[in-house]
Amino acid sequence: MSAYVKIKGLTRIFDVSKPWLNRLLERRSKAFLTAVSEVDLEIEERTTYALVGESGSGKSTIGRMLVGLLRPTAGEVEIEGVNLATETDADKIASVRSNIQMIFQDPFASLNPRWRVRDIIVEPVASKGEDTVGLAEKLLEQVGLHPSDAGKFPHEFSGGQRQRICIARALASNPRLIVCDEPTSALDVSVQAQVLNLMSDLKDDLGLTYLLITHDLTVVRHMADRIGVLYLGRLVEEADPKSLFETPKHPYTQMLLEAAPRMDGFGREVDPPQGEIPDPIDPPKGCAFHPRCPIAGDICRQERPLSRQIGNGTVACHFAE
Amino acid sequence: MTDTPAPMPTNSRDKSRWKRFRESDFFYAFKRSPVAIISFTVVSILVLSAVCAPLIATTNPFDPATLNLMDGFTPPMEPNAFTGNTFILGTDDQGRDLYSTILYGMRISLFVGAAAVLLAMVIGITLGLISGYFGGWTETIIMRVADVQLTFPSILVAMLIFGVAKGITPVEYRDQMAIWVLILAIGLSDWVQFARVVRGATLVERNKDYVAAARLIGRSPWAIMIKHILPNALSPVLVIATISLALAIIAEATLSFLGVGAPPTQPSLGTLIRIGQGFLFSGEWWILFFPAGTLLALALSVNLLGDWLRDALNPRLR
Repeated sequence: MSAYVKIKGLTRIFDVSKPWLNRLLERRSKAFLTAVSEVDLEIEERTTYALVGESGSGKSTIGRMLVGLLRPTAGEVEIEGVNLATETDADKIASVRSNIQMIFQDPFASLNPRWRVRDIIVEPVASKGEDTVGLAEKLLEQVGLHPSDAGKFPHEFSGGQRQRICIARALASNPRLIVCDEPTSALDVSVQAQVLNLMSDLKDDLGLTYLLITHDLTVVRHMADRIGVLYLGRLVEEADPKSLFETPKHPYTQMLLEAAPRMDGFGREVDPPQGEIPDPIDPPKGCAFHPRCPIAGDICRQERPLSRQIGNGTVACHFAE
Repeated sequence: MTDTPAPMPTNSRDKSRWKRFRESDFFYAFKRSPVAIISFTVVSILVLSAVCAPLIATTNPFDPATLNLMDGFTPPMEPNAFTGNTFILGTDDQGRDLYSTILYGMRISLFVGAAAVLLAMVIGITLGLISGYFGGWTETIIMRVADVQLTFPSILVAMLIFGVAKGITPVEYRDQMAIWVLILAIGLSDWVQFARVVRGATLVERNKDYVAAARLIGRSPWAIMIKHILPNALSPVLVIATISLALAIIAEATLSFLGVGAPPTQPSLGTLIRIGQGFLFSGEWWILFFPAGTLLALALSVNLLGDWLRDALNPRLR
């Protein structure tokens, strides 16, 4: 198998400074927020790669850079062997781009309320001037809705149905990679399972590749072939689900797994995660996790740990074995 | 064979749309508000009579050949002392039948008002969309220009534009061009609030995910602005347009009253009021009273309708 997506040293820095007049009056320098920092990852074709992390860890930013909604500050994104930053052939970029689609978190904001479902679904195809007769009906059936729903407006549907419409839209242009930015976190638990099942069925039927961005570890466990754990814009651990859930190496991963609710754990003492994610504008020196880490030593405050290969995965921690 | 079924769905959809409208909250709110019903009726009657002016007017006041100076200053409903002609609302100093002149004048007032609002809308929506969507320096420049323009009274801006435009049009075209210059002047003085409202709505909409979905499939900024954002930003624009229409009608009347608007040969309501105020103290009250009353009814009912529309479309006031 070859890697469908290769990301190398991906970095995104946001300028969060105040307007220049305020800076001048308050004598402040520019402020930068490092949302994503030197992330390397590879996604194999027809697999699901899950990115997990707390809010603010930069997982959505990675997804948005992958689909081209944001420009990377540094680093490379290579899809189908085409480096999107350096490639000069516009047709090549366009053809790669048309193989990437996205499903958003909030199904209420991701459908234009003034458009009929048919127009929403076929837009990726219609905007290229291609024929769309019957396409919306076919896709609606594929995602488990009724073909006659095509003439309705988004507000006539529930959250789960809207997310199905979003999936139908993502499928319209026959993509190979779909970036799913927390696709179920706005849905009821019962509906979450339906949408996730639909997504994995479609993956098998159509040979899709997913980048699944989520903070829900149970979702990850069932869907993912490979998991990356993000902390403050850096990949701290990467492994397959089995080894990650059974033998988490990084103390942050261990903390996350401890905090997750478990079916067998009624009445057990849960250690809530200690502390909060630090300020990304002014991150801690050394390992970004050291203020919350139970095993941090002096070296963690001085030196940032590099990713090391341990077993099946990679871990960025000085003390992991 | 293939022709016959095609119109059916559109027909039934139109029917259901009308039915949907009849059952909507909007129509319910309309039925329950006497102010809305009365002002809507007044506006409809005035607009209809202005549109149908050639059919219901007794004379054509724009045609100097039909005027008889001997008919001048005839009081309403009384025969003229010299000619014996009777006029419902009397005549002005040049013997123009006021009833017909008001109908034709209202046409000019409404046309200028509507066209000016349309112009202001087009400019305001375009600049508002651009500044809201692109942000940065584009936004700073457009919105600062808007702020500067707001510091001047809009009637002053309109007079300035009117004066400049009049200065550059050749003398022989001035009377013909007056109406268009008037539209330009009022339209350019009134775009700011449209731009502000549309910019605000655009700022909200552009961060929603449906815009991101359109961006990632490579739609151009123009397609996104016009097809995606604009339909979602239009309902506040509708409200402002109604209120602006009343203001534009008044602005036109003010300019004409000051003598810089519609020429006396093609009097609008404002021109008639200006003519009338010269005779107010000599006892010919009707020349002022009837055009002013019409203007009052028109502007007031359009304004009330706009106010009601704002409340009806604002979900927080329901």
